[in-house]
Amino acid sequence: MYRYDEFDHAFVRQRVAQFRDQVARRMSGELSEDEFKPLRLMNGLYLQLHAYMLRVAIPYGVLSARQLRCLADISRRYDKGYGHITTRQNIQFNWIKLSDMADLLEILADVEMHAIQTSGNCIRNTTADHFAGAAADEIEDPRVWCEIIRQWSTLHPEFSFLPRKFKIAVSGATEDRAALRVHDIGLQLRHNEAGETGFEVMVGGGQGRTPMIAKTIREFLPKAELLSYLESILRIYNQQGRRDNMYKARIKILVHELGAENLAELVEAEWQQVRESAIDLPEAEVARIERYFAPPPFEVSADADLDAARCGDSEFDMWLERNVNAHKQLGYAIATISLKPAGKPPGDITAEQMEVVADLAERFSYDELRATHQQNLVLPHVRKSDLFEVWQTLKAHGLASANRGLINDIIACPGMDFCSLATARSLPVAKEISTRFADIAYQQDIGDLRLNISGCINACGHHHVGHIGILGLDKRGEESYQITLGGRSDKNAAIGEIVGPAFSADKIVDAVETVMLTYLDQRQSGEAFIDAYARMGREPFKERLYANN
Amino acid sequence: MPIIKNGTVVNDEWLSVDDDAALPADGPVIVSLSRWQSETDLLRARTAPLGLLVESHEQIADIETDLSAFELIALDFPTFRDGRPYSTARLLRERYGFSGELRAVGDVARDQFLFMHRCGFDAFQVEDGTGLEAWLRAVSEITIWYQPTGNAGGTLSILRDQLQAAE
Amino acid sequence: MKLEIISANRLSDGRVVYLTRDGDWSESIIDARSARSTEESAALLAEAERAVDDGIVVSPYLVSMADDGGAFTPLRFRERIRLFGPGTHRSATSKLSPQTGR
Repeated sequence: MYRYDEFDHAFVRQRVAQFRDQVARRMSGELSEDEFKPLRLMNGLYLQLHAYMLRVAIPYGVLSARQLRCLADISRRYDKGYGHITTRQNIQFNWIKLSDMADLLEILADVEMHAIQTSGNCIRNTTADHFAGAAADEIEDPRVWCEIIRQWSTLHPEFSFLPRKFKIAVSGATEDRAALRVHDIGLQLRHNEAGETGFEVMVGGGQGRTPMIAKTIREFLPKAELLSYLESILRIYNQQGRRDNMYKARIKILVHELGAENLAELVEAEWQQVRESAIDLPEAEVARIERYFAPPPFEVSADADLDAARCGDSEFDMWLERNVNAHKQLGYAIATISLKPAGKPPGDITAEQMEVVADLAERFSYDELRATHQQNLVLPHVRKSDLFEVWQTLKAHGLASANRGLINDIIACPGMDFCSLATARSLPVAKEISTRFADIAYQQDIGDLRLNISGCINACGHHHVGHIGILGLDKRGEESYQITLGGRSDKNAAIGEIVGPAFSADKIVDAVETVMLTYLDQRQSGEAFIDAYARMGREPFKERLYANN
Repeated sequence: MPIIKNGTVVNDEWLSVDDDAALPADGPVIVSLSRWQSETDLLRARTAPLGLLVESHEQIADIETDLSAFELIALDFPTFRDGRPYSTARLLRERYGFSGELRAVGDVARDQFLFMHRCGFDAFQVEDGTGLEAWLRAVSEITIWYQPTGNAGGTLSILRDQLQAAE
Repeated sequence: MKLEIISANRLSDGRVVYLTRDGDWSESIIDARSARSTEESAALLAEAERAVDDGIVVSPYLVSMADDGGAFTPLRFRERIRLFGPGTHRSATSKLSPQTGR
């Protein structure tokens, strides 16, 4: 993974010192809250329902054992002993004090971490395929480009006061695990006919109040020209994005209002001029960054035979089945650590668990981990012969739920239990659903099922792209839950359809179960929920859900 | 209001003239973009220095060839959250080669000086209370930048190159 | 007219605080000063805004309270969550339910 050089270190230290001064000027009254708010947001600090929430950046989801231990330490010293993995591969702490912020940022800087631009109207954390550098279906490792984008976008003087936030995602595999099509910019690494590597550039995806799927504005961009092209898109957005209405200020609205082709033309015209400038990195610098992402020193060995272990332990077998993915290197595997035990808030991890996972990463995964936008963690490079021991350790600490991609692998925002924007709670719904479906055999029978819950229309729980999405609303002071069906965030990305009137808090879990039973009754052999929905359409579900009305 | 330019407080020699006000016979004046466009010949005929005020929603691409007429261009920030003048400033400096005074006016506060400076502004119309000291401290808080902008000193890639060359 | 109190976040640590009878800010809602008329509410808010200017709190606002002889709790559900903490991590000593406020 990337390691800071002396300049990266110096930069982060300067940034911390600057923020320390800004905090002091706020506490002394020199800065008003109005003046200070964008400054603290650009350092990841939100004012929430109960306290300040700090969002620490995990750049493109990559984390070392040392960094995870530091986060465990921070959660103990400055928070309540746990953290929360977010839908953008970051980690959040809910009880941070403003008065501790500068010291906290220094501690993060010691392990090459920061909270820069995890909020605010600027370019946010660039996310990536959480299996990058390991996946069997990888074309090229996207992390190099994520790091290049990260540096280019950090404290960019021209793009720090955009009309609204800006999110970029990158994938380097044939499968899109990074939800490219619901990002402001989605970048897909690919080859052209000549075998050169470049990016398909997609623009204008997003969720929130007006969910939209991104449009391709350039089929192939040579990778060496990525930054000049991104700079062109950002400049057009900065100049022309709406500033009159914050709910119409994302680039997706600009794409919608201008049309993708017109926007593409504007970007191309701007790009012709930007290409002449010094923004694209020289080959030597790209090569320098590339070296940090060279594969670890894998042991070349025969593929391990896990049959005996699988037969000996059915739980291990189930975990292998669901939570382990194929690795490009023979004899290795990618292991997903589930943060979704039944009855607990999705994506939460205690300090103790962080330490256990850090140890596992160090011993069994070349010191590397990933955070996923589905709010789980990943050990990307595990020897197959070590999987049993890894699993046993995870099991002992409540981290071995064999539910990756199943109904209990719920994505949920913090909702009204924590968030001042929320219109309803999301966590009690997640808890009740995961309790209702706790039987792993039931989950497996249902099969692949992406269930996402948002506590308000801002859609931080990504409900629009859930196979089942749940949106929590406020209906005359009562919590009310609307179901959407058929959403997906992969290559065939789609926004879920509202199925009908919302359900009350005491009826929503029954409603979800009704959706499941409808599917189970009518699916064809081996048909996944999302495929059954495509075939059946909304009506059978709607009928059964509202049968009594 | 005080003007900070090139690291020091200067007297403002310029007079901003409203669109419907008569132009003084002589002396440096700043006029709006729309006035420039409707009274181009008249304004060109003046011998005294000419300045242009550009609102954040206005694009300067149309007047690229006119820029040599101005010794000063002022870009207005209606609120510090409006980031459009940053793009305008970079284009003026880096694409159109404007070398006159590039002045930030409007909601210009200490915590944005650094970004403005990095985008090519060299003059800042500040609130009465903002001392020079605050400005000097603000612009020296970050000395390393990841992006090469017009004012390219301290750009990381250049620093890295220099370090490599020295080794 | 309902009872109203002022809720805000303390600037230094972000914790939820209530404007008290003494003009201080307390984390305990029992200490909160009540307003029983529009004029009193306006005066509370004005005092809270002064505390904002003094850099003590941020985002103060009026909270409607139940005044039915039962527990002294906010009417709005969101405000009860703010009072009792998140359901997921409530301490064992907290006895009141956000659903009922009792």
